[in-house]
Parts: sequence; C-alpha cells; structure tokens
Amino acid sequence: MAEIRFVLNGKEETYTGSLSDRLLDVLRDVYRCTSVKCGCKEGECGACSVLIDGTLYNSCCVAMGAVEGSSIVTMESFRETKRFEALEKAFGELSAVQCGFCIPGMVLAAEALLSKNPHPTEDEIRDGLSGNLCRCTGYNAIVNAVNNAAKEGNGLW
Amino acid sequence: MEKISQSVVKKDHAPKISGRSIYVADYPSEGVLCGKILHSKVARARIKGVDVPELPEGYFYVDARDVPGDNNVNIVLDDTPVFCRETVEYIGEPIAMICGPDPAKVEEIRDACIVNYEELEPVLDFRSADEKFFDYNFGHGDVDKAFKEADKVYEEEFETGYQEQGYLETQGMMAEPEEGGRMFVHGSAQCAYYIHGAVKRVLGCDSDGVHILQDVTGGGFGGKEAFPSILGCEVAVAARKCNKPVRCVFDRREDMEYTSKRHPSLCHYKAAVKDGRVTALDIDVKFNAGAYSTLSAVVLQRGIIASPGIYNVPNVRVHGWAVKTNTTPCGAYRGFGGPQTFFAIEMLMDHIAADLGKDSLEFKEAHLVKEGDVTSTNGKYHFPVPVKDMIEEIDKACDYRKKRAEYKKPQSGRYRRGIGMSMYFHGAGFTGSGERDLIKAVAKLRKYKDGRVEVLASNGEIGQGVRTTFPKIVANELDIPLDRVFYDHPDTARVPDSGPTVASRSLMVVGELLRRAAIKLKEQWADGEEQEVEERFKEPDFLIPFYLDKFEGDAYPTYAWAVNAIELEIDTYTGRAKVLGAYGNFDVGTPADYNIVLGQMEGGFLQGIGYASIEKMEYDNKGRIRNNSYSDYLMPTTKDVPNLKCMLHVEKYPEGPYGAKGAGELPLVGATSAYLEAVEQALGGVKLNHAPFTAEDTLAVIEKEGV
Repeated sequence: MAEIRFVLNGKEETYTGSLSDRLLDVLRDVYRCTSVKCGCKEGECGACSVLIDGTLYNSCCVAMGAVEGSSIVTMESFRETKRFEALEKAFGELSAVQCGFCIPGMVLAAEALLSKNPHPTEDEIRDGLSGNLCRCTGYNAIVNAVNNAAKEGNGLW
Repeated sequence: MEKISQSVVKKDHAPKISGRSIYVADYPSEGVLCGKILHSKVARARIKGVDVPELPEGYFYVDARDVPGDNNVNIVLDDTPVFCRETVEYIGEPIAMICGPDPAKVEEIRDACIVNYEELEPVLDFRSADEKFFDYNFGHGDVDKAFKEADKVYEEEFETGYQEQGYLETQGMMAEPEEGGRMFVHGSAQCAYYIHGAVKRVLGCDSDGVHILQDVTGGGFGGKEAFPSILGCEVAVAARKCNKPVRCVFDRREDMEYTSKRHPSLCHYKAAVKDGRVTALDIDVKFNAGAYSTLSAVVLQRGIIASPGIYNVPNVRVHGWAVKTNTTPCGAYRGFGGPQTFFAIEMLMDHIAADLGKDSLEFKEAHLVKEGDVTSTNGKYHFPVPVKDMIEEIDKACDYRKKRAEYKKPQSGRYRRGIGMSMYFHGAGFTGSGERDLIKAVAKLRKYKDGRVEVLASNGEIGQGVRTTFPKIVANELDIPLDRVFYDHPDTARVPDSGPTVASRSLMVVGELLRRAAIKLKEQWADGEEQEVEERFKEPDFLIPFYLDKFEGDAYPTYAWAVNAIELEIDTYTGRAKVLGAYGNFDVGTPADYNIVLGQMEGGFLQGIGYASIEKMEYDNKGRIRNNSYSDYLMPTTKDVPNLKCMLHVEKYPEGPYGAKGAGELPLVGATSAYLEAVEQALGGVKLNHAPFTAEDTLAVIEKEGV
C-alpha cells in the first residue's frame, strides 16, 4: 500500500492503494469520473484519454505510481471551461457526436492538440486525433469540428 | 433543402459531449454484483462437470440449473442456450457466470474453476462443413436453357471473412430484481422488446414480470441486435439466483472473440453470356453461421435476394445455405448479408467485362435495372432507379472515367494507381413480410398538460440520431418548437413495441407512424389536456405480397441506392494501399436531418473500406479467434481515409416520412468491390476474388504475378 498524492480536476487528492493500480480504474471506481471510458484496456482506442500535466495519455496504460505529483484533468472539470464551450458548439453544429463513447477522449485529444498548436492544418488535426478510435462518424465531422473550434475560439488556445 | 432536412443540434449532444451520459458500466457499483462468464476453452466437448472452488459468502456460481424457465434464448429459432447444455459448441460458449461484489475476486474464482471436458471432434473447416441450419432455393426463367445457348460461361468463387462491429462500448447488461418479483434488465442494446421476449421466457414469467430499458448505447451496428438478448438472459438468471443486481460488462477481448460478427462467406457464381450480355446466373451462397443459428436465417435471406446485384438478368437460380461450424455464432452487422453477395456480383461483372474487352462501368450500366423491372424474387422495382444519374454525379466529383482510362495504361515504378466503382442497393426495412406479420409496429405520442409531447416507441438511440429525428418529425407536423418534443431511451414498461432498431427501418417505418400520429394529435389538440394518440403499421397497398417459402413477391417496398468510387495508390515495395479518394453517392430519400444522415453515410462508408482492406479476423485450427483485440484487428483511424467524400442523391419514397428511406446500412454495403476493382487496376488488371485484401495479399500477388 502506498499513498499517492496528485491533483485531480483541480483538487488535491491522496490515493491509498497499490502503485500498480490502473489510473483508469481508480478514476472510474474511486473518484467516479465516469466520463473516462474503458474501450480496450490496452492503449489502442483512446476512449480513456485524460490530460496529465497537459499531455494526453491513455489512462488504461498509466500506473498510479506514475501520477504522484501530477495534475490530472478529465472531462469532469474540462467541461467547465471556455475551451470546452467552443468545442462543444463546433461539435454540435456538425452533429459530430453519434454514440458518444469515444467523445470525451476525443475532446481531450482536441484540447491537447490545440493547446500546443492553436491553428492546426487538417493534417495536423488528423495526426492529433489519430490515437482515438471512433467507429461511428468516419471522422470527417470531428476533424471539421476541431478545425471550426480552432478558428472560432481564436485566442482561447 | 427541405425544412425537415435542416440540421439541428442533436438532443443527446450535450450529455454525451460533456461525459455526463450514463452507459451501463457507469452506474455506481454499490450493492451491485459483478458477473463474469466462465467461457468454454474448447470448440466442442461434452461437459463432464465443473470443479468450482469453495465460494466465499456473497459469491455465487450460476449455470443452466438455475434457469427458472426455459434454458433457450428466443432469437429467430430457440437453439441458443442461456448457459450451455451437456455440450459446448464453440470456444467462448458460456458455461456459467460467477457473481460477487469484488470484480477481482470474481475473476479469481472464475479462473480457478476447472471444467472437465470430454473433447469431441469440432467442425472448423467452413468449406467442407455441411450441417445446414438453413437452405433456400429460388429463381426465375430457364437457367439451363440459357447456359446451353450461351456464347461463353464464366465460373468463379468469391470469399469474404469476418467483420467485427467494433462499437467502442463493449457488450454490457445489468439485471435488478424489483419489489413484487419483477425483474428489471437494462444495458447496451438495440432491441428492448427482443430482450423482453427472451428474458420472460427464460425466467418463466409473464410480460409484466420483466421490463427492459435501453441504456445510453455506445454503438451497435447490428452487434447489439441479438447478443444483448443472450447476455440479458444470463444476468437476469443470475440476479434471480443472487437476489441482487448483477452487472456483466465484457472486456474487449471477450467481446471480439465471443460475440457475433459478420458471416464469412463463399459465393460460387456461374454466368452465361450471349451477345455480350449476361443471360443467366447460377449462384450458390454459403455462410458460416457458427455454432448456433441466431440471426443467420434472416441474414442469409437478405444476402441471397441481393445476390444478382442491381442487374437485369432474365434467368436466375439461387441456392443459399448457412452451415454450422464449432465457432462463435455470427449475426447481424450493418448490411446484413448484402456486403458479401454484392462483393461477389460486382467483382464477377468486372471480370466478365475485362474478359470481353469492355470497361466494367460500361458493362454494368448496360445491365442496370430500371423502374418497373422484375426483382430477383419476382417482385417489382416500383420506383425510379436513379443509379445512372448517380454515376454521372460521381464521375463529376472525381473524374472517374478519365482516371479509369488513364490508370489502365501500363504503369511502372514503385507507386501504381487504380480506381474502381461499385453500384448496389439496400432493401429498405425488414425482408419480406416481417414488418406486417411479425413486428406489427405500434407507436404513440403523449401530450402533457403543459403542451410538451413525448414520443413513445421502442427504437433505441445508438448514435444514428433517432432521439433527434423522431422529435423533429413530430415537431414539424405539430408546428411546435423542437424543444417541446422529447424522446427518452425506451423502457418496455412504458412504451409500445414499435419494433427493433434494425434493418434501416426505424426512421422509414416508425418515423412515418409518428408523422401520422402527429397529424392525428394536431387534429385533436386541446390546450391544457393530457392526450395520447396511437398509430399502427399498415403495409403499403402497392406491395406484391411476399411468400418466404417460395421467395416470391416484393422482398422490400423500396430500395436505397448507392454508387461508390475509390481511388488508391499502391506502394509495390510494401503492398500498402493509400486511399487517395473515396467517393460515395447515396440515395436514402429525403434526409430527416442533413448532418445526421451525412454522418451515417461517412461512418458506414469508412467501415466498408475497413472491411475491404484491413479488417481481418480469422480463427486457428482449434477454432480460436486470433484477432481478438484492437491491436490485432485494425479499424480505420483519422489517418486512413482523409479524403472521404459523401453526397446525397434524393429519390423520394412516398410511404416514408417526407420521402425518407432506410439509410443506416447502405453506405457499408458496396465499398469492398470498389476498393478491389481499384487494387486490380493498380496491379495491372489482375483478377481478385477475396476480401479483405490486405497489404500482405497485395505483396503475394506482386510476388506471384511479377507486377
């Protein structure tokens, strides 16, 4: 048993458990961050994406020991931001959300991309979202939505 | 654009994008037992017994002996057991479920169970398998005479593999005993009433003894048509025994190995050609059904009805059979038998054209069906067939004819290009008389005192947009704002049976019932009163009655049409094909919402391109599916087909709401042959006959043919 200190959605937390516990399970089961979806548990689909110190990670492939001292953001706090508002509007206008299961991860992937590159080309958007599988949309609507959010949310990123 | 087609923000947009939507795995775990299935590890065996470790208090072992009613899941037939009988018939078959509060402990107990198998010889070779679940024959004209009189006869076999639905949310169901002995079953599903029928029989209760809620569902594509009935029965039996809520959510590998997927197929075609025209087709379609029959009957019916393609061939003989093998039962997947047979007929037409020295497009166009022509089952194409116009639209969008001629010239160098085209339909709604005889859909509208209107129907939102398009239709007819009409996820305790969420039927059939109900409500509208109206399905008058025993009559009231073109470039060093452009032209009638329908077309088309190229799944000589993860089964990412262009051609269907036809499945059906025609051209005109066609396959051709 270890005590792991980290910041989750802006709040300091201390997790008591094994260093090898899976971040995905801890987020869902202990902290009830159910926006973080389990799609494959082997780092392929991106449904469990979270931001750790601003970088996009598949939380299924992160051990709790690795998050000591880190700041983790999930949709539970990101949805309160202006940047989210811009993405939400852009996705909504293009009906880019179908079944919705990949979407929290997809939106965080967009945030990770735009915070590093506020004016991406279409190719750069496709690169930035390439670790997040969506089986519904064929991706066009999502890519276009991120592009529109970047343009209309100019200055937010 | 028509008013109804103008896009709105989807009703489920805000909860989904903010991560607030609760899928079945997201309900709190307090007081809920975790169920995990003990799956068979061998393909065929008699079960002599199971050594179950001592169970700690609060943990349960549930198997067939615990089924209060009938241990058979009602799908089309009743041969699928809830938990295995004396034998197991495929790797993955559920033997038992272990339930308990701690998932890790449940898994530990499950893995400590020792199953004593008396192994039996499994049937794994689909080619030689001959135990028939279903066997159909039909046709018209004089096939033998046409072959006798033919100038030339062509014969070829086409093969397709599995396709995994790959919905991002795995299968998951939960059962909760309620006061008074009623069972509440909910989860990720397409067809609440299918589950209802199955569970009540397994629990041995009446219709009021169980109710089903479709939770927010993370994709279906057919994969959640029948399987949730099986899993729903398993958790219901477990919850009855444990007398506590039980939830079972599959992990990805379990889901990919043990749940239904698209039927592998072998299609043997023989064609007679006289004076440059195909005069007869003799077709044998064989589907690998897997260990139980589940939906194979209906998948096969749709597949064989479509097997002559969209061509007017006067003499046709079709034999279709679905055979048993000791492998995972196959089932519904978007397209439902059509992708296999359209692949075969499209490639065959392409190959005959090449042999006759004609271009494939010109040859196909010369055989196209038109309005008034007879269908493969002696029904009629009652409405205009817009395919010729759609071909011109595609040609304009991608310069098809010019590129086709250009890439036909000898190519050299590392990179070679090709372009191919396919044309096809998807019969709208259920095959045959199912809608009239089996489903008998009922839909209702309830108006509340405050003037809000609720849609009462059983069609599930699975991403396709019915939570938005149903209310749009109703709001449009009532001429009230869209935010005054709502449609929640269906619970069988409070909605009528408007049928399953399958066969591209929801919008066309139930949407029209709702439109008519809204007209009725408008006539009766009384402010401040609670009111309810109901509409029932009536078969359109123009239909030629369909008889399944003879495969005679209108199998479908109308058809959605499509033309696809795919242009690609092959790297002859690596075998990799880069799709330069994928162009889809789809006629699904009037779109009930432009963005929603376009999203269906783009998503389905990309699934089709995956099926054509990278989505390979096989089982080994023990009957075990090897490609059981997203690492081993590749699905398209954002990077695979960046230039994917879809357009909508509108040929209205007068019996659908505002002219809408079935939409959801169409875009997947024909990508394979367009893709393979392009590969053939890039490889210098080779003839290919199996899909998926991977980079490894391309390298094998290059090695063999020395392209």
